[in-house]
Amino acid sequence: MVHQYKNNGFNIVLDVNSGAVHVVDDIVYDLIPEVEALRVDGVARKEKAAIAAELVKKITKYKSEEIEEAVEEIEELAEAGMLFTEDIYENYIGDFKNRETVVKALCLHIAHDCNLACKYCFAEEGEYHGRRAIMSYEVGKKALDFLIANSGNRVNLEVDFFGGEPLMNWQVVKDLVVYGRSLEKPNNKKFRFTLTTNGVLLNDEILAFANQEMSNIVLSIDGRKEVHNYMRPHRGGQGSYDEIVPKFKKVAESREQMNYYVRGTFTRHNLDFSEDVKHLADLGFKQISVEPVVADEKEEYAIRESDIPGLKEQYDKLAMELLKRQKEGKGVNFFHFMIDLEGGPCVAKRLSGCGSGTEYLAVTPWGDFYPCHQFVGQEEFLMGNVEEGIVKTEIRDRFKSCNVYAKEKCKDCFAKFYCSGGCAANSYNFTGDINGAYEIGCELQRKRIECAIMIKAALANEEKEN
Amino acid sequence: MKHIKTLSTRDLKQSMKKGGCGECQTSCQSACKTSCTVGNQSCEKVK
Repeated sequence: MVHQYKNNGFNIVLDVNSGAVHVVDDIVYDLIPEVEALRVDGVARKEKAAIAAELVKKITKYKSEEIEEAVEEIEELAEAGMLFTEDIYENYIGDFKNRETVVKALCLHIAHDCNLACKYCFAEEGEYHGRRAIMSYEVGKKALDFLIANSGNRVNLEVDFFGGEPLMNWQVVKDLVVYGRSLEKPNNKKFRFTLTTNGVLLNDEILAFANQEMSNIVLSIDGRKEVHNYMRPHRGGQGSYDEIVPKFKKVAESREQMNYYVRGTFTRHNLDFSEDVKHLADLGFKQISVEPVVADEKEEYAIRESDIPGLKEQYDKLAMELLKRQKEGKGVNFFHFMIDLEGGPCVAKRLSGCGSGTEYLAVTPWGDFYPCHQFVGQEEFLMGNVEEGIVKTEIRDRFKSCNVYAKEKCKDCFAKFYCSGGCAANSYNFTGDINGAYEIGCELQRKRIECAIMIKAALANEEKEN
Repeated sequence: MKHIKTLSTRDLKQSMKKGGCGECQTSCQSACKTSCTVGNQSCEKVK
């Protein structure tokens, strides 16, 4: 499968199955689909010379020598396994997913309570369709014990302190970190703790502990003051921007601008979200993640299909802005344009899904297991608990078989190697099936990948020119 | 090549040979929580 597109003056060709990315001139861009059409199962049906001769007759736009030269180069890439490669991974992924299930990551819902009342919160102001509750140390300990016991040979284990707002139960977070550390050496494991917070309760003591123990901190902020305050007010309605921004700046600086993210959500109220990313960059943040709200289309703030063209323009605008800043030596890292072409994940990781319900589980304050944080409160997805472990193995098995080959809409999508089939919770919420596809999310994901690759091409081009 | 410039990328086919160790980060533990972003993560073995 080949995906080709034009962006910012670059003709980009992505050979989906090998992961190879080529920047080509107009003639090669035009000829690739023609040459591909002359192949069956990725194999050329004719010799190079015959292919060129056929195209010389068919295409009058270019000179015959140019066509011959371009076909030569296209075939050279094909012979090197960098163009027209076949998808050979389906059985491999099936075998991979059939391996013994190990758990390597937990999302601990430390507090089902929140001191903000964000309008788009999938946790419904922390309560997840249920009651307010905080996790006890005992439940948290059992969750960590479960993780150790079910992690097989995996060394690196991840635990995210999530909510609601986890700082509302900070003592338990600290105690669990200490307990987790005590388990590392005897079990030959390494915990990577992360914290997701709205910042309201953040103080110097918490920051010092977090800087020592948390491998990543996610700080929730949506961007411009009016945008943030509209969607992220206190329960009394007053905005939270002014109180959190100085604290977040301190977090960023104290962590030397690494291993944190300011993370925002954009909605229909700020379809010009590139301005919010710019705003966060102007505040001095270097690690930024801003992503579209996922909400029922009945919600007034939900992204609609008709918003997609404008949002794509925003991503283009943002890509240009980030390139400009990079060239000026003021680069920022935008999470959704990050793409690691050289050191990125292996194909098993890329195609086997996000791991929810199998290697990743969410734990409620009272110790119930769900496939991920977004399924919490949907009783049909209750899998077990910290006392008994996974009780409903059939739920785990359903998630285990969830990968890009199980998703009809992913099979022919170029982005499948970058999104791993997308978010199971979004698929379920929008289609009623974890193997469905949330179309708006897919459209925007594809655009982000195109922009991310264009940025790599532009930076490579600049390197060459310098 | 005159017409084509290839960016340096990891060969996905080759990654079948030594891939799948599972030591890498779970996608939602980073900074998404409402999407699934895998292509931007690093392999524990090659980083």
